[in-house]
Amino acid sequence: MSRKIYTILSLLLVAAFALSACGAKATEAPAQPAATSAPAATQAPAATAAPAATEAPAKKVTVTWWHISTVDNQKALFQKFADEYMAAHPNVTIEITVLANEPFKTKLTTVMQSGNPPDIFQSWGGGVMNQYVDAGLLQDITPALDADGGSWRSTFSPGALGVYAYNGKNYGVPWDMGMVGFWYNKDLFSKAGIANPPATWSEFIDDVKKLKAAGITPIALGEGDKWPGAFWWEYMAVRVGGQAAFDAAQSRKGAFTDQPFVDAGKNLQQLIALQPFQDGVLGAPYGDEQVAMGNGKAAMELMGQWAPGADAGSSTDKKGIGDKMGWFPFPAVDGGAGAATDALGGGNGFAIGKNASPEAVDFVKYLSRAESQSQMAQINMNVPVVKGGEAGLSDPNLIAVQKGAAAANYFQLYYDQYLPPAMGSVVNDSVQGLFAGTLTPEQVAQALEDSAKQELK
Amino acid sequence: MQSLPAIPDVLKLKRGSGAPRRLQDNLTIALFLLPAIVLFLLFVVYPIAQSIYYSLFNWKGFGPAVDFVGLKNFKNILSDKVFLTALRNGFLIIVFSLVFQLPLSLGLAVLVGRDLPGRVFFRTVFFMPYVLSEVITAIMWLFLYNPDPERGLINALLVLIPGLKAQAWLANTSIVLPAVFIALTWKYFGFHMLLYLAGLQNIPVEIEEAGRIDGANSFQNFFYITLPLLGSTIRTSVYLSVLGSIQQFVLVWIMTQGGPVNASETLATYMYRFGFVRFQLGYGSAVAIYMFLICLTFSLIYQRLTRQPDYLTGL
Repeated sequence: MSRKIYTILSLLLVAAFALSACGAKATEAPAQPAATSAPAATQAPAATAAPAATEAPAKKVTVTWWHISTVDNQKALFQKFADEYMAAHPNVTIEITVLANEPFKTKLTTVMQSGNPPDIFQSWGGGVMNQYVDAGLLQDITPALDADGGSWRSTFSPGALGVYAYNGKNYGVPWDMGMVGFWYNKDLFSKAGIANPPATWSEFIDDVKKLKAAGITPIALGEGDKWPGAFWWEYMAVRVGGQAAFDAAQSRKGAFTDQPFVDAGKNLQQLIALQPFQDGVLGAPYGDEQVAMGNGKAAMELMGQWAPGADAGSSTDKKGIGDKMGWFPFPAVDGGAGAATDALGGGNGFAIGKNASPEAVDFVKYLSRAESQSQMAQINMNVPVVKGGEAGLSDPNLIAVQKGAAAANYFQLYYDQYLPPAMGSVVNDSVQGLFAGTLTPEQVAQALEDSAKQELK
Repeated sequence: MQSLPAIPDVLKLKRGSGAPRRLQDNLTIALFLLPAIVLFLLFVVYPIAQSIYYSLFNWKGFGPAVDFVGLKNFKNILSDKVFLTALRNGFLIIVFSLVFQLPLSLGLAVLVGRDLPGRVFFRTVFFMPYVLSEVITAIMWLFLYNPDPERGLINALLVLIPGLKAQAWLANTSIVLPAVFIALTWKYFGFHMLLYLAGLQNIPVEIEEAGRIDGANSFQNFFYITLPLLGSTIRTSVYLSVLGSIQQFVLVWIMTQGGPVNASETLATYMYRFGFVRFQLGYGSAVAIYMFLICLTFSLIYQRLTRQPDYLTGL
């Protein structure tokens, strides 16, 4: 009798365990998509709302928006835009998720691999975005841009919009666009007896020598993070080879082992041989570069438009070097095929997920009005990209950057964003070898070409 | 007295015999094992199988894997100089650990295990680094190693000594690995010390007393009595240390990202670089398979070599 009870009890126990194990699994499975796909769940009504919108506009729609502007006033501005839009469209709810840069990338990769992109999300265009397009995760918004005779499309500068296009179709729009250039400390330059910023590479080399002779660290660089140093090599390739060399290599009619890409490394070697950087350059993160510039310990850096704010924020007194900070474009290279106005740069933008509702696209359109852009420029958030947005700019350096970017005939997006991620990483890794003296210019070019053979087909 | 009659009752219990009984027993065993097996299959075996599958593709992680490349990933890895650097670095970290870290831990364990004044205090202090999270440890050592003597403690002390200059510890390809190893040692010696302490407590005091009575000095006592009796603990500690060295990731990635120019690359950072920086998940999976094979081979060989039954030495 008791034996039977024991048996039944133990069976029940086992069953309970088995069921609880299965149960956890079973509830977990639906829970995960539910958590990550708050968009998808609300998408079903959204999709049906599309045709209904004309008849019954009251249909509830939720738009998910992920951005990475964590700075207080920028975050507030984005929230304000969303609130304005929701007030004007009571049926639309905009859910904003603010993430820091690295967590954003991790989280986005996860939802992308599960096939549930947010409706609107931070993007830098180029190779990473193209991968998403290839996997069918983004929405083609070309029709929206071209509607009403292309009234939306015409508000953008074509170069910037092109960053979010792939095979002639648009999958997102730019929010800002800047370029890389030299940020320099005017005081330190004049201390070294340099009256005007250099216009050619040979002048640049001379100035570096003068700065060194005056006991000043000429250049701050965070080469531990690799991408800051890659800017140098890429810009040099832009100057030496111009658009023709890059297009040839990318379309596989030429190669990244062509002479301009090797010469770019050789020119850079000439600079590296002078040891113009702060101590420990190879291990320094970009943050150290900011500290060196912000505290006036180094004379210049090659960096994007965000540099003044970043340097000031990292300085000891949080003010940086203020108006002693000047800007000049990357110098021309003698005999180079690229024009002195050609630019390397990039910016932020928003890509549209595959499940986005028409309302989501409409909101992005709202975001890219000249008024929104001007408000963004007023808080010195970034360099606007929509015509008329530059009215909000007041900082002379940012105006110079904006003019430089707008004037460029050939605008090269950073390699590590424009090329497939694998190639971008190869550029960053191998250029560090050039800075360390462990790789020759030829080997750097060869490493990139080897990767191109695999990635560009 | 009421409980006594229950005993004959239990003894009288009759179970089936022969085949039906075996079936019943096996069924019970299977049912009890089921939850564990399901979890094991789901979270261990299935991911490994998936890695093996993906390692045969050129796959970027989005959408289905379609570009079948066979064993090409495995071949390319072996011909990649950086992979060989990572292997070499892993080997060096193992050697450093066995030569410096474990003897240090053992020495400290013997010290704080004895009648050292304030030994409880020291025991806590030595174990503290292990309790810290790896990320915090890495960031702390980044501060310590800062090349600017005004910001990095180590260099600040170094420049006080005449004739010495500040060093860029993590930026110099020839000293970055030892520098990272020091941080690793600082983080993990407490753990091994704790293992040894536990081992030491299992050694009866009488044996060492007997040794002393027989005229052994403390040196002989340690090398001929304590050390051999610690055998099984040392084997465990070496085993954990080697596997930990092969898989070391967090500290290295945060402090140097395997750089500069791959000088501190480990197998795990190499795998991460390809899987999640370059998004070559097929290639990254193949690296993971190599790591798996290396760990498995080591485990099997090590267990075979040290199979001498522990009860003979461990008491």
